[in-house]
Amino acid sequence: MRNEDFKDNESLDLLRESGANILLTSIDDVINWGRKNSLWPLTFATSCCGIEMMATGAPRHDFARFGMEVYRASPRQADVIVVAGTIVNKMAPVLRRLYDQMSEPKYVVAMGACAISGGPFFLNSYSVVKGVEHVIPVDVYVPGCPPRPEALLYGMLQLQRKIETETIRSRKKRSASHSEKKSQ
Amino acid sequence: MEEHLKNSVTDGQEEYVLNIGPQHPSTHGVLRLVASLRGEIVTNIEPHIGYIHRGIEKMCESLTYPQIIHLTDRMDYLSAHINNEAVCLNVEKALEIDIPDRIKVIRTIMAELTRIQSHQLFWATFGMDLGGLTCFFYGLRDREKVLDIFEETCGGRMIVSYNCPGGLMHDIHPGFQKRVKEFIEYFRKTLPEYDQLLTGNVIFRERTMGIGKLTLGEAIAHGITGPTARASGFSCDVRKKEPYSAYDRIKFNEVLFTEGDTYHRYLVRMDEMRQSMDIIEQLIDNIPEGPYAVKMKPIIRLPEGEYYQRVETARGELGVYIISDGNKNPYRVKFRSPNFVNLSVLNMLSKGFKIADLIAISGSLDLIIPDIDR
Repeated sequence: MRNEDFKDNESLDLLRESGANILLTSIDDVINWGRKNSLWPLTFATSCCGIEMMATGAPRHDFARFGMEVYRASPRQADVIVVAGTIVNKMAPVLRRLYDQMSEPKYVVAMGACAISGGPFFLNSYSVVKGVEHVIPVDVYVPGCPPRPEALLYGMLQLQRKIETETIRSRKKRSASHSEKKSQ
Repeated sequence: MEEHLKNSVTDGQEEYVLNIGPQHPSTHGVLRLVASLRGEIVTNIEPHIGYIHRGIEKMCESLTYPQIIHLTDRMDYLSAHINNEAVCLNVEKALEIDIPDRIKVIRTIMAELTRIQSHQLFWATFGMDLGGLTCFFYGLRDREKVLDIFEETCGGRMIVSYNCPGGLMHDIHPGFQKRVKEFIEYFRKTLPEYDQLLTGNVIFRERTMGIGKLTLGEAIAHGITGPTARASGFSCDVRKKEPYSAYDRIKFNEVLFTEGDTYHRYLVRMDEMRQSMDIIEQLIDNIPEGPYAVKMKPIIRLPEGEYYQRVETARGELGVYIISDGNKNPYRVKFRSPNFVNLSVLNMLSKGFKIADLIAISGSLDLIIPDIDR
């Protein structure tokens, strides 16, 4: 599916409309092409979704086809953090610190029901953070409990499409909003 | 150890504290280890847990018994099916329901398949911890074949939720027996590959043999169970000692070693994969006819009292303790998780060894962190 045909997401259209002139656009295209094809995820897995994330990197599903094969153990070298699993109150500050340590541009994929909303632990649990967006800003949500590897792959491709629509101006806005949130 | 201390850079005078985790690829999750070091020698390990404490035990008190099944899946997610079985057996024991043979046999086959895929993942990640990335690809390649069988019958890949109090969610897929036989035929051929790649590897043996020795007495004193204890010669297999489901009608020998080091903890798991295939082969051709579930009341209420059931998961003995006050919700549920207990020997085992050996030792304990914290 080509990027222009992809119109099932309103926020992507908004991002596209805030574009710049032709010269800048062609520079953006080159930058975005490079970025979207070398997304390096952080090895961050708290529970069951982590196993499915490993399965996505394994031979059958093979993450590497899309330029995501290099799992980085250090947040300094990672581009995207796949929040795979439940985040509890004790873990939330750690996750926030990991996110702050990553260098721009950085993206977040919330994988699985727990990271999206608390999932099966939404009711009755006293310790689970009800959705990872309370801690860090999320780009793509991948539903499932746990999501199939195909679902994670689709989510990562969505993220690539999102990166394709970025412009210099929208990037500036994005990093400004991140640092604003940080100071709060 | 004393000699090592004398020769190290700091002459054993200063202590260096290193924090490993909670985000670290070789702690297999969000375990945090605070390691005190003298030079490269570990003097003390302090595990910090609770980074994935989700309050499952407390949540169970406000859920009905069929609902609890979906939470036990997510405790030890690599033995999801066996965890469910523990709760179901406990409920069935309390209600004094006779379970037809068909259900028992299917449960046993599924449990052994679960054990195989769990040990495959252990092999894959253990090899990766010690620097052999090929293991990761081989292990997960074969694991997908088990997950295919699960998906066909249960609908889920890893978290199956196939058991329910009184039987199974639905009947097995018509092609189940054929697929399982195909898998066993395939895996009998590929398991020697595993041995060639890792078991006989000189570097691997050097890094694991004699490392982290656990004696029989220590294993019993700490309450260690599962493959970790069986490598030290502690005969503790619940499948043998207190047979549940269909384990009383099959012939198998407990895998036992006496050395108790990292290498033998690994060997127990390799042999258990072979043993699980033997168990499945004994059962797969004669699954009895009959219903796949007993008709239960729409709302399950356990009679007042206390109930305990233990099963053998891929990591050791899981106990489920339910106190009922006669309502549809349990009054209290307690899980005796094997991983929490097995973690308690980590400090003792890794004292005096190098920091790289700590990774090998904690890898060989095969810890699942959400099961420790629950």
